[in-house]
Amino acid sequence: MYYGVAFAIFVTMGLAMVRALLGPTVYDRVLAVNTFGTKTALLLAVIAFLYGRQDFLDLALAYALINFIGVLAVLRFFQNHQTDKTNTREE
Amino acid sequence: MAGVIDGLSWILLSVGGMFVFIGGVGTLRLPNFYTRMHAASLTDSMATLLILPGIMLQAGWSLATIKLLAILVFLLLTGPTASYALANAALLSGMKPEESRQTVGDKTSAS
Amino acid sequence: MIIVSGIFLLTLLAIIAVAIVRTKNLFVAVMLTSIFSLLMAANFFILDAADVALTEAAVGAGVTTVIFLSALSLTAERERSITRKRYLAIFVVVVTTLVLIYATFDKPRLGDPQAPVHQHVAPWYLEKTPEFIGIPNVVTAVLGSFRGYDTLGEVFVVFTACIGVLFLLGSRRGPEYAVYEPSPGNTGLSHHLIPKVVSRLLVPFIVLFGLYVQFHGEYGPGGGFQAGSIVAAGIILHALIEGEAAALAAVPRAALLGMVVGGAMLYGLVGLAGLVLGGNFLDYSVLLSDPIAGQQLGILLIEAGVGVTVCGAILLIFHAFAARELV
Repeated sequence: MYYGVAFAIFVTMGLAMVRALLGPTVYDRVLAVNTFGTKTALLLAVIAFLYGRQDFLDLALAYALINFIGVLAVLRFFQNHQTDKTNTREE
Repeated sequence: MAGVIDGLSWILLSVGGMFVFIGGVGTLRLPNFYTRMHAASLTDSMATLLILPGIMLQAGWSLATIKLLAILVFLLLTGPTASYALANAALLSGMKPEESRQTVGDKTSAS
Repeated sequence: MIIVSGIFLLTLLAIIAVAIVRTKNLFVAVMLTSIFSLLMAANFFILDAADVALTEAAVGAGVTTVIFLSALSLTAERERSITRKRYLAIFVVVVTTLVLIYATFDKPRLGDPQAPVHQHVAPWYLEKTPEFIGIPNVVTAVLGSFRGYDTLGEVFVVFTACIGVLFLLGSRRGPEYAVYEPSPGNTGLSHHLIPKVVSRLLVPFIVLFGLYVQFHGEYGPGGGFQAGSIVAAGIILHALIEGEAAALAAVPRAALLGMVVGGAMLYGLVGLAGLVLGGNFLDYSVLLSDPIAGQQLGILLIEAGVGVTVCGAILLIFHAFAARELV
């Protein structure tokens, strides 16, 4: 049963990556990176169970925390950069 | 009793997997940034709420359950916050929620 | 299962790598690099290398993205276009690629037990770790004790990198130095209420989790490098929300410099203590009366040194970049 969930998460990671490559605005790409990160944390939890190694759950926890910091960093630096330019970011 | 737990776990994991997939397809296919945000935050919250308890039921009462509970709490706290921060940043930088690209007719927002 | 997911992840990796090289917008390249790090961490995880996956996740996806973004905010957004053709570079790259592909024909199959890497030293380490050191995580045993000299070199490399960045970007006071102190006003995201409240809840837990990873490194995936990055990421989160001035008030620069120097020195001193007490350099068995307990104490101390140095180095580099953009 874990294989099905792992497969669904893999496929979604692929879809999120396509959005990161396509997305016309930068915010689309940041959204895709955030989704990718959360899916990676879930994937790590599921695969840790699949392998039967419960101590790998630490990685999923570290990942869930670090992903948040990445997204907030993007917003903080991008926002300060934006207030100098005052135009919508288009690719 | 073990059969009930297994069955419940199956149901939670399958529905969670479906939500993950629906969110992924939505992120790709919806026309606008704000609508894609709806789809992406769906996977953040619903998939986490379904998949992680499904795994917790399989683990029983052990240290792994506590760690999974911690992952659940952190993902539920940080997922919506990241979506909020992203949407706020997009709005403040001037991206307006506009109509879908198909209806060229009346645009209610003045872009 | 490993083969299928490995092929899938490596295909995504190749696509992302091509996209990073082809895009001209550097901000997009940084975002895609973050996805690249995640894919590599998932790859390492599937290959059952948990310590490496944890380090890649902690450093690559969090800290590296933040530092690249703070460096980008000081420069232009788009890459300058190349006007002249570079035939020599293309030729060199093609020849190197062909040589590498030819070299992989000799590679043993994935997981082959007869492969040379499993024959010489690795079985000895696996057998002798419970006997000499007595901790379950063989990776930490090899890193900390059997190959402790290499890890000493790694700590000093981190220290040197930090000093190099500080020389370039400046950290001393005085008008003749390029000193950039952050403005006392608030430059973070703190006018957003929701991220501010959630981050205030999270920062103590992140630092606590970093300490857990540090001391748990002997029993599961973890250790000094990962723990240092996680604690640094927690303090960077505080800096992102409340502004760099608040983060510098919480952990001042003098403390950070002390951490960087002190961690490396702690490692060296543990090594010298081994010499003084009658053994070899970095021989932990002589630290206590029971050799196995001595090994465990030695590993604990050097991992603490590594963690402190890495945390201090990452925070100093972050402050060096982030303080500059406010001038």
